[in-house]
Amino acid sequence: MDIKVLGTGCAKCKSLEKATQEAVAKTGVNATVTKVEDIVEIMNYNVMTTPALVIDGKVVVKGKVPSVDEIAKLLTK
Amino acid sequence: MNKSNSILKDKAETTVLTIEKPDETNQLSKKKIRLIASVAIILPLIIALYHYLPNLVDVFTFDLLKLNPESHLGEAINFFFYDTIKIFILLFLISSLMGVINAYFPVDRLRVYLTTKKMYGLQYLFASFFGAVTPFCSCSSIPLFIGFVKGGIPLGVTFAYLITSPLVNEVAVAMFLGLFGFKATIIYAGTGVLMGMIGGFFLGKLKLDKYLSDWVREIQDNAIQEHEEWDGENLSFLDRLPTIIKDGWGIVRKVLLYVIIGIAIGAAMHGYVPENFFTEYLSADKWYAVPLAVIFAVPMYANAAGIVPVIQVFVAKGVPLGTAIAFMMAVVGLSLPEATLLKKVMKWKMIGIFFGTITVFIIMLGYLFNLIL
Repeated sequence: MDIKVLGTGCAKCKSLEKATQEAVAKTGVNATVTKVEDIVEIMNYNVMTTPALVIDGKVVVKGKVPSVDEIAKLLTK
Repeated sequence: MNKSNSILKDKAETTVLTIEKPDETNQLSKKKIRLIASVAIILPLIIALYHYLPNLVDVFTFDLLKLNPESHLGEAINFFFYDTIKIFILLFLISSLMGVINAYFPVDRLRVYLTTKKMYGLQYLFASFFGAVTPFCSCSSIPLFIGFVKGGIPLGVTFAYLITSPLVNEVAVAMFLGLFGFKATIIYAGTGVLMGMIGGFFLGKLKLDKYLSDWVREIQDNAIQEHEEWDGENLSFLDRLPTIIKDGWGIVRKVLLYVIIGIAIGAAMHGYVPENFFTEYLSADKWYAVPLAVIFAVPMYANAAGIVPVIQVFVAKGVPLGTAIAFMMAVVGLSLPEATLLKKVMKWKMIGIFFGTITVFIIMLGYLFNLIL
């Protein structure tokens, strides 16, 4: 599974990255988490509110930081 | 043997499943009932607390702490507790309210509206208004800007959003409401939205598109009119409420320290700075007071939470409200860190024109308020 955290580097983006990593560890899914900070690349995903979470090329969360459990749910879906 | 075992197992699993299912829905509705009940109890409690707050704080500071109501210290401490608690209540309620609006009208939906509907000039009002009700985060302003440009929304309309978004935000509104009252808050928020509209319209007329960064211009040239329907999550209000309340609380927690520091400074000044202390430099009859306040404010990157309590003392000590509002707008609406962020999407010349226009507008507003208020 390919997970990307989109964010220009604000506090919220960092907490999303942390929560995602925790969710991956918790669910034990085989996934790579990468942080995308380049604005040009972020815009390719057509998001207007950061942070955003992309799983296998699909934007699943934008503009908010969900809880670890919520992310875990998205990962196992 | 093996077979029967697996059948047995299968059976066991199905029974477990059938038992689990109603249990789960049961649990869900129980959760909902608990949610409704807690809102029904807590909301009136908060409102009652707000209503009786002055009496409660009086009892606390003068009866329990046995401070003298006539003394500077007593007055300052009373002010501090009253203002802090009041602003926390307001901030929490307003953040949650804005969260509700946002859940139903997110910015993606606004973009679809702005690009697909004919608005006859109303798009400036729309963009500016939504700038006001969305929670502002400076790190979101760039993706937003690009998102608008990408959707083929005119630059002027994008500016309308960009001007109002930091200017009228939940923290500023809550602080104003708590410290200056209802009338000043309406004036502040109303003129904020109005300024976004007029500023956006004016900047749009200047045809600044050539001063966008090259890669943004490229996006603009390839802008696609969006016709896709907005595909929001179809969650019921009750499912959304916990997240909304959690986010509202998150905003309160984030500015908690700034509010306390700001109010502590304000309370200290209240008790000790003599009446009419600032009048000599910043009174209404000094023509340079407004530009001075605004120019002084632009490089300041204080957040609304920290700055409003201090401004309130200024006003209490003789600075006219118009000058104070202008100062406040310049502090939150124009900041250098934001300018450096915008550098990614526009050339310096455009940032200069953008900031220059807003500065002039704020100064004019300051004069106007001093005249009419």
